[in-house]
Amino acid sequence: MDSPGSTPLLEARGITRRYGTVLANDRVDLSLYGGEVHALLGENGAGKSTLSKILYGFTRPDAGDVLCAGQPARLRSPADARALGIGMVFQNFMLIPALSVLENIALFLTDLAPVIRRKALERRIREYMDRFGLRVDPSAAVRQLTVGDQQKVEILKLLLARARVLIFDEPTKVLAPHEVTALFQVFGALKAEGYAILFITHKLREVVACADRITVLRQGRVTGALDSGRADPDALVALMFGERAGEGRPREAPRPASGARPILELASAGARAAGSETALKDLDLAIGEGEIVGVAGVSGSGQKELGDLILGLRPLSSGAKRILGADASSWSIARMRESGIAFIPEDPLVMAAVPGMSVRENLVLGTGRRYWKGAGLDWPRLESVMGESFKALAFPLPRLDPPMGALSGGNLQRVVIARELAHGPRLVVALYPTRGLDVRSAASVRDLLRRVRDGGSGVLLISEDLDELAELADRLLVMYGGAIAGEFRRGAWQAEQVGHLMTGSGEAAHG
Amino acid sequence: MAEARTAQALRTAARLGLISAAALAVFAAILLAAGKDPLKAYADTFSYTLANAYGFSELLVRMTPLLLTAVAAALPSRLGLINVGGEGQLYMGAWLASAGAFMFPGLPWWLLLPLVTLLGFLGGAAWAAIPGLLRAARLVNETIATLLLNYVAPLIVSFFIFGPWRAKENSAYPQTSLFPEAARLPSFFDTRVHAGLLVALAALLAYWLLVEKTRWGVSMRAIGGNGEAAQRLGIPVAAWIVIALAVGGGCAGLAGMGEAMGVHGRLRPGLSPGYGFTGFLISWLAGGRPLGILFMAFLFAILTSAGDTLQITQGLPYSVVNILLAMILFIVLARRPARGGAK
Repeated sequence: MDSPGSTPLLEARGITRRYGTVLANDRVDLSLYGGEVHALLGENGAGKSTLSKILYGFTRPDAGDVLCAGQPARLRSPADARALGIGMVFQNFMLIPALSVLENIALFLTDLAPVIRRKALERRIREYMDRFGLRVDPSAAVRQLTVGDQQKVEILKLLLARARVLIFDEPTKVLAPHEVTALFQVFGALKAEGYAILFITHKLREVVACADRITVLRQGRVTGALDSGRADPDALVALMFGERAGEGRPREAPRPASGARPILELASAGARAAGSETALKDLDLAIGEGEIVGVAGVSGSGQKELGDLILGLRPLSSGAKRILGADASSWSIARMRESGIAFIPEDPLVMAAVPGMSVRENLVLGTGRRYWKGAGLDWPRLESVMGESFKALAFPLPRLDPPMGALSGGNLQRVVIARELAHGPRLVVALYPTRGLDVRSAASVRDLLRRVRDGGSGVLLISEDLDELAELADRLLVMYGGAIAGEFRRGAWQAEQVGHLMTGSGEAAHG
Repeated sequence: MAEARTAQALRTAARLGLISAAALAVFAAILLAAGKDPLKAYADTFSYTLANAYGFSELLVRMTPLLLTAVAAALPSRLGLINVGGEGQLYMGAWLASAGAFMFPGLPWWLLLPLVTLLGFLGGAAWAAIPGLLRAARLVNETIATLLLNYVAPLIVSFFIFGPWRAKENSAYPQTSLFPEAARLPSFFDTRVHAGLLVALAALLAYWLLVEKTRWGVSMRAIGGNGEAAQRLGIPVAAWIVIALAVGGGCAGLAGMGEAMGVHGRLRPGLSPGYGFTGFLISWLAGGRPLGILFMAFLFAILTSAGDTLQITQGLPYSVVNILLAMILFIVLARRPARGGAK
């Protein structure tokens, strides 16, 4: 690592950026040296994305300067930033699925001859792969790669384009735990060769694990810049959340799972898979009244398929599904919903809402025959019932006429939740319900699931966030390869143990 | 809310008007290039259609099948389905209606007319249900299936016209004999305007009510707006695909029944000069909106009449109107990116 006295590769001085009345960045200073991993920490909305967009030339600051290797840099577009050796790995990868790894990299390079010399390019790619531990098959089509491998391709692209400063926007969000470890090893290799890495995240554990220096943002301001040696999680939490730190996270005593009547039972249930799906094998599962059953697993272990199986979207190929003791194996989705199964998805705009229809019409979708009135619908009654549901959840009632697609992400999720909980569901299937939500919205969704549970309903919580599962789940199932790899009661498991089961590196365990 | 609707309707009307004006301007240039006087051509068209009682009645005759075939495309389009099979569905509706008329010639009109109407609907519905079932089973894309079935239906009709149903009179024309009088749709005021026009207007009204005012419409629009969410929310998507295509096809079938029972009085090979395709175009240009369909069907009736007029007054071939139609299509395509829908 260069000594702090040397010139930073990239420096932000007094960056200020205002969006309307919101001060997204307020006199932010940040210096990024070669040979360091610099974590930019803050909760959603703290101004991390704004700062990274400014550093990458997407957005221009209202005030302040960006210096590149000591020289004032004019970043009018990402092309300017790339020319200065600044590269960015986005949350949503900028890859073309149908093209091969090599072709995707070639597309990004500006210094190639009109006719690509594949051999020479492949040699160059392989050289970087070996140097930094970024192994992927250059001839594989990108759509066949795992998310972790796609991220490697993104990094390779930047390295071959001679970037020296690499900005990672929440790179671990999409990764499985073992992939995160591998990414940190790549960080190490890059650091050793003098690259500067800006690592944007809101996960403390990762910061402590890999960063050399940490800059913490809160509400657009830098609240702390410290060396990782002097940073401990409590101090960082205080910097991130200010006086709000310490609130939330109530830990309840384990609830008795016995005596609860199972709402839903799966008995050796299996389902076939098509394409990139995961086949389900021999699932035994019971969800009782008043309990939250958590499902942990690396993405693609069959969690989504499990949710679909319960909803009736996916037929059982073997075994049985029972609702309150009745065989529900071949029930339609409509019948499952009528029997009291509600669904809170990860991305409501894809899975649970119609963007072009009004909020009112979206509220009636999936309510079965409850509001039928002749050939039409009983809108006033719907509005009063849904209004009650919003009130009970302490959500503000949105305007009902505008199209659903006009709502913000948080409000959209609220409409879907209010609808799904309006008729007192017996079982709520929540599929990554907090993914993509800011810290406070996520906390309120968690609180809500807890209230649903306390009201006597069952909850199936599918999540990749072990902290969330630790906080909520009365029982925890770990899925791996479409089967249940382990089952634990609340408090009877450790993250490492679960991590091993999630990645298939441990033996089946029950606690 | 009502004001927003009115504003929306005005915008739609303005948009359609502008499209038409732009197309007419380009077509005028082509007429000039062909050495014809575009102003005179347009004036002739106007005086032979709108400014003349007979011409106007002929517009309504043409509008009748266009309205129905437009609804045939519009209803499935609300689910994100593309029904380009209106032509085939029209033929099959005419065929089944004719079968009914030939099979029960002795029935009184108040029984036979409802019967042939119902059969016309069922013929088109059954024909459209085939692509619907294939699509619902995820076997064949409905666009391809409806398109290809267009080539099958007229052949089936021709088989009967040339074979079992061929008129016994020593006629040089391949055609069936006339339908019994009780199967003929009544016409109005000594013109060729027949009761099919009322059927068409009723179908358009029913389409609007169905889609905008009923719970079934909510389900169908949900499928068109987000098929995955609709399915997850328990809407039986596969069933609706079949139903929407079948009901749409039924409307096209009514168009065929109208042509056979109302205009020709018998079945002929050239029953439809592409009404099914034009209907699709109308629905698409109108974005599936009922008033837009009404307006565009009227406009297209004028345009196709213009073909006849230009043939007579300017000595231009009928097919020049195809240039005009293509022009309109191009302008619309250039303006609007592809619309989303169920995948």
